[in-house]
Amino acid sequence: MTARSEHPTPMGHGRMVRKEDARLIRGRGRFLDDVSLPGMLHGAVLRSPYAHARIRSVDTSAAESHPKVRAVVTGEMLAERGMAWMPTLSHDVAAVLATDKVRYQGQEVAFVVAEDPYAACDALSLIEVEYEPLPPMIDARRALEPGAPLVRDEIPGRTDNHIFDWESGDAAATDAVFAAAEHVSTCELLYPRVHPAPLETCGAVASIDRISGKLTVHATTQAPHAHRALYAMITGIPEHKIQVIASDIGGGFGNKVGMYPGYLCAVLGSMLTGAPVKWTEDRSENLMSTSFARDYHMHGEIAATREGRILGLRVRVLADHGAFNGTAQPSKFPAGFFGVFTGSYDVAAAHCRVTGVYTNKAPGGVAYACSFRITEASYLVERMVDVLAHDLGLDPAQVRMRNLLRPEQFPYRSVTGWEYDSGDYPRTLTLALELAGYDELRREQARRRRAFAETGRGELMGIGISFFTEAVGAGPRATMDIAGFGMADGAELRVHPSGSAVLAVSCMSQGQGHETTFAQIVAHELGISPDDVEVVAGDTDRTPFGLGTYGSRSTPVSGAAAVVAARKVRERARVVAAAMLEVSAEDLVWEKGDQERGRFHVRGDRAAGATMAEIAQAAHADLELPDGVEGHLDATCVYNPPNLTYPFGAYICVADVDPGTGQVTVRRVVAVDDCGVRINPTIVEGQVHGGLADGIGMALMEVMAFDGDGNHLGASFMDYLLPTSMECPSWELGQTVTPSPHHPIGAKGVGESATVGSPAAVVNAVLDAIGVRHADMPLTPAQVWRAVQGRPIRTDVAIGSDNET
Amino acid sequence: MEITVTVNGQEHTCEIEPRLLLVHLLRDELGLTGTHWGCDTSNCGACTVWMDQVPVKSCTVLAAMAGGRHVRTVEGLEGPTGLDPLQLSFMSCHGLQCGFCTPGMLLTARWLLDHNPDPSDREIREAISGQTCRCTGYENIVAAIRHAAQQAQQ
Repeated sequence: MTARSEHPTPMGHGRMVRKEDARLIRGRGRFLDDVSLPGMLHGAVLRSPYAHARIRSVDTSAAESHPKVRAVVTGEMLAERGMAWMPTLSHDVAAVLATDKVRYQGQEVAFVVAEDPYAACDALSLIEVEYEPLPPMIDARRALEPGAPLVRDEIPGRTDNHIFDWESGDAAATDAVFAAAEHVSTCELLYPRVHPAPLETCGAVASIDRISGKLTVHATTQAPHAHRALYAMITGIPEHKIQVIASDIGGGFGNKVGMYPGYLCAVLGSMLTGAPVKWTEDRSENLMSTSFARDYHMHGEIAATREGRILGLRVRVLADHGAFNGTAQPSKFPAGFFGVFTGSYDVAAAHCRVTGVYTNKAPGGVAYACSFRITEASYLVERMVDVLAHDLGLDPAQVRMRNLLRPEQFPYRSVTGWEYDSGDYPRTLTLALELAGYDELRREQARRRRAFAETGRGELMGIGISFFTEAVGAGPRATMDIAGFGMADGAELRVHPSGSAVLAVSCMSQGQGHETTFAQIVAHELGISPDDVEVVAGDTDRTPFGLGTYGSRSTPVSGAAAVVAARKVRERARVVAAAMLEVSAEDLVWEKGDQERGRFHVRGDRAAGATMAEIAQAAHADLELPDGVEGHLDATCVYNPPNLTYPFGAYICVADVDPGTGQVTVRRVVAVDDCGVRINPTIVEGQVHGGLADGIGMALMEVMAFDGDGNHLGASFMDYLLPTSMECPSWELGQTVTPSPHHPIGAKGVGESATVGSPAAVVNAVLDAIGVRHADMPLTPAQVWRAVQGRPIRTDVAIGSDNET
Repeated sequence: MEITVTVNGQEHTCEIEPRLLLVHLLRDELGLTGTHWGCDTSNCGACTVWMDQVPVKSCTVLAAMAGGRHVRTVEGLEGPTGLDPLQLSFMSCHGLQCGFCTPGMLLTARWLLDHNPDPSDREIREAISGQTCRCTGYENIVAAIRHAAQQAQQ
């Protein structure tokens, strides 16, 4: 269900059907596991059963004598080639195959290449590894205690598990605000370790050509160019001899940004055997070893007047980064963009300190549509606002409305240094409250509470609000880089003589529909049909350099690059048209006609004009062009965003809760998003739908907990629960449109908004229903029931192992 | 061992390992890569196909069990008169994003509409509840199935 806004979308061809659908609905997509090359072999990874153990020996002789095995790779073999360790994206190294010890359950120990995938798995069981188990470091809260098991003892001089301290904001000013405040609320909050769990797991097919020396890697990668650079760095093969190809990707959500040992093992397997080698994960491997998300232990404090005017925020975070610091984020931001934790509110002072620690768990941390940790920041502030409202006996909607940034404050520079580009927050919250029927919901809640008090039976209902502000589209290259590469992305636009066009971009769709929306952008700018624009992505030989798709950056960065390239084409077309029509370029007027078809006409003489197709034809023909005009219309752009864009929104969740069983039913979710100008509103709404389901997943069911031995307790979809059609209500969407002032078409990006904004709304609704100040996600029936009893548990450790909060 | 299986109306005789999974027979032996693999544990339903008119999760069916039976995959949805109306509805209603769950969703939806031509939203949600989609939040999948049902009623 969607409430259509009165705001017309200024983009043409708005709700067109997606171009990529024609192959996908026929089962004719080309996903990684669909790639089959002549003579292809199959790899499988041997993984550690222990969270922490020294490797005494690895005996591969039995595996090597398996008739179908062609190669067995160990860490020792990699070490001889200088490839046992690889650089991470966060100033650390990570093991490709373990040499000295294993540091988490599921870590890669050896790699088998065989003639078929079943044989490869058989051979894994023939490898004998002698382990000496070590005490594991599992609970991040104990990682810095004296005598804690040392995860990274291979680093010379290291005596503890501390990775970094990072702070943001003015500590002294914040302390002063807190000292003088009438009221301070505090709360311990855990954002548990979760996983993006795209339906397609990670994989690669590597193939090295022995004659040319060229390496081709088909891979599930959201960042093909960044991966090419990493392959070059790690293998020593020069960049121009590496081609990375990502075809259709079955969901990414940040899971397919990082470099994983399996990809490199496939490359090495091909180097050793001379044949193409395919490696694909199974689901347990995906959940246990590839990039997890969150794992933030947060201590929040909020200072306010007794009337609920928020004055300051103070936060301490313990960040569990696992065994290697491998977060995929701008390298100067060790806590990602957590610094936007003041959210949507006008506060006098704020300060946070984040401490990262090593544990015996898989590396990662920045993934699952998190906008570089804005999920954590948004959850923190939106939960703290509700805690404040709870403590002061105020309505959470009123507290938010009282403290939201006002339209006249934009562009707004936050106390932690972020410049919010545009917004009208009260309008968006007001619309959400109206769509939800907030006042009537509160009356219903009161009726239910009275009935429950009288009878001790029945369901309670709660209303949860979240108002989020995102910071996406990283980023200005002066401050934002990944692995030393500035976060600017290229676009190349070629216009054929017929006027049809090919746009090549560095970003990489994982289902977002770039083939459609980017064609719409070019079509809109050039006044041609989107059917006449082909979008090329995911092949490093055919696309310009750029850092790829994550952090909701495709539309803000690559989309802007496409607009600028198209506008350059249009200006070249103007010069050609001037020569065609024998007038000066300044005398031409650009106009749009039926079906958005564009043409230049002579000012004052509308009949004299030329369409883009006519101009393209002339630009390639024998028309005499002015001096200095080369002909053709092609153009390129490297877009270096001047600032991030700041999408925002107001989400309201209505949840029914049975306090006797702890069962939660999400009755309604109202989501009003403002992502600036919408290119294809249908695709935007689809992105929001998916993120809202993520919010229900994280709030109610998703968690990767560990027992005291470091066993992963969420290593299959039997244990790592994802929302189905039964847990999700029919989403109710609304929109406001506040264009970004610095993006060339005013778009802000939307891919992660709902995943960022919705978990707090769902949690706030459930806790509002049962009248509990705080309990950690996921609010499973057991956790809700415990919270009703006044004893919520820690959800990140096994039940019975120290999980009383 | 040797099995003979009919897939989308075409008979195939294959020499297979007894442990081969149906999903791998379809994808790796017969080249029908429209059937996807997602979890190994029958939870996600990306591998859903029909076996003798009933949707099954082909990651937990042995290929040998399909011997002598009729299997239908997403490649068998398109008929001589064109695409299945459900395929058109998934396009027009934006019922897919990455497209990985789509073949399984389509086959379950076709089974539903064959047995219940006018399902309620609740019945649609129950029918696809054994299948996971990480992109769409299910909204437009439900809408697409409802749309196809309504088109057929007219």
